[in-house]
Amino acid sequence: MSPPHTVSVGALNATRLRADFPLLGRPVRGKPLAYLDNAATTQKPLAVLEAVDRYYREHNANVHRGVHWLSERATEDFEHARAAVRDHLNAPEAREVIFTRGTTESINLVAQSWARSALRPGDEVLITRMEHHSNIVPWQMVCAQTGAELKVAPITDAGALDLEALPRLIGPRTRLVAMVHVSNALGTINPVRRVADLAHARGALLLVDGAQAAPHLALDVRALGADFYALSAHKMYGPMGIGVLWGRAELLEAMPPWQGGGDMIKSVSFAGTVYNDLPYKFEAGTPDVGGAIGLGAACRYLRGLGLDRVHAHESLLLEYATRRLAEVEGLRLIGTARDKSAVVSFVIAGVHPHDVGTIVDAEGVAVRTGHHCAMPVMERFSVPATVRASLGVYNTFEDVDRLVQALGRVHEVFS
Amino acid sequence: MNDLRDLYRDVIVDHNRAPRNFHRLEAPDHEAQGFNALCGDKLTVQLKLDGGRIADVAFEGSGCAISVASASLMTERVKGLELAAVRALHSEVHALLTGASDGDPRTLGKLEALRGVREYPARVKCATLAWHTLLAALDGAARPVSTE
Repeated sequence: MSPPHTVSVGALNATRLRADFPLLGRPVRGKPLAYLDNAATTQKPLAVLEAVDRYYREHNANVHRGVHWLSERATEDFEHARAAVRDHLNAPEAREVIFTRGTTESINLVAQSWARSALRPGDEVLITRMEHHSNIVPWQMVCAQTGAELKVAPITDAGALDLEALPRLIGPRTRLVAMVHVSNALGTINPVRRVADLAHARGALLLVDGAQAAPHLALDVRALGADFYALSAHKMYGPMGIGVLWGRAELLEAMPPWQGGGDMIKSVSFAGTVYNDLPYKFEAGTPDVGGAIGLGAACRYLRGLGLDRVHAHESLLLEYATRRLAEVEGLRLIGTARDKSAVVSFVIAGVHPHDVGTIVDAEGVAVRTGHHCAMPVMERFSVPATVRASLGVYNTFEDVDRLVQALGRVHEVFS
Repeated sequence: MNDLRDLYRDVIVDHNRAPRNFHRLEAPDHEAQGFNALCGDKLTVQLKLDGGRIADVAFEGSGCAISVASASLMTERVKGLELAAVRALHSEVHALLTGASDGDPRTLGKLEALRGVREYPARVKCATLAWHTLLAALDGAARPVSTE
């Protein structure tokens, strides 16, 4: 087994690309860093760091307010970022792109605006067994508020959506299917188009949690057939604290505002307030302009790499990681669906994932251990937690080798 | 490996591999569940009292090596202790783990093995879980304790 460590894998030259990410150059615990926790958050390229820095140094002003030059410039940068997100999603219109604090807030927006006003007692919301808590709890809350019922679609032993059971669960009372595009805990890529067609045939809408898809797959919300699509900037090489809800314009226009405040109104009087147009109706208060600009820069960075090339590169890494991990004594993969993103979740017989995480960390290898905010997934596979290595554009075969080597230390410590 | 050996000392590895008092008690006087949401560790601690001291103590559950070894060492140590001494020991161990004090090696005895944990902030809650659960059992907490 002699993988090419230094030359390009797939069509991306990950080794050269690492120079774009300053943090990857720092040592951790005296060792070079092998960063394999990209599903938790990604590192940021210079293009993003510099875009945010430039905004605060050169263009900082409040948006949509002033007639002065700086405010106009800040507004232009902000709307330019919105257009970059529209391109990333291949969305029909920029006004369908609503800036939020992240995927979690995007889902809560749909739950508290659309669902809270649309759901009636006895209506159903369908989620899947592989959802992140952020795509479970908002629906539990709104179901409690409206008397609607939350249903859960099962997953197979491989961690794929159970496509035999699914059609039976989407019935005449189903108003919404809320599903993850790529599972953060298992890596499973869900057949969004197929689920969209099933949902639409029954008159239900489809919300897609795209947090783990946005950095890895070429997205096209129209081809996917989604009605709502949520993402977070920080998982796609952008800043923390900013994300997006995309929704079809006609749905967003019909929805009541969620939060009230400045910027989301046209006029305010005690006789009655007139709400603003999209997207501002859903962007109350001063937005995270610097964050949005950073997200725009991240979208352009990924576009520059080419999402098809990113996917090809990460598929090779996934294949290599899956093969190498199979060599580790007592290791069992959790999540072996046919369509997978570059996430390998696993347990090692007799050793708790937390101990594995600490031991590989001592070797400079950063992985995530725990339930990954997906406790129902852990329960499904009868494990308290897993170790998760999640790969990104800058990871190499060598990073995978470092992980496998560090896992060798686990048996040394416990022998 | 030197740093890791400071965390995973031989005593810890041994108590994880073969935890002491790892079973259920028949008719315990007190019982509590502990849960560490971060890593999914779950422990049940059961007690039998005799006058003002712990006559018997046992634990069950699943967790990482640090939480299992800490629970095992704890049960070994507090069996037969007066309740006031148990509470004093709880404070001493808590202070050691959180770095609030260096702890007295004479009081700590074998519990010294937990000293390395303080250098790993993410793991401190693993080691304190059993101790919090023990106190909850003594105080008759109705709900499971959480390290959060």
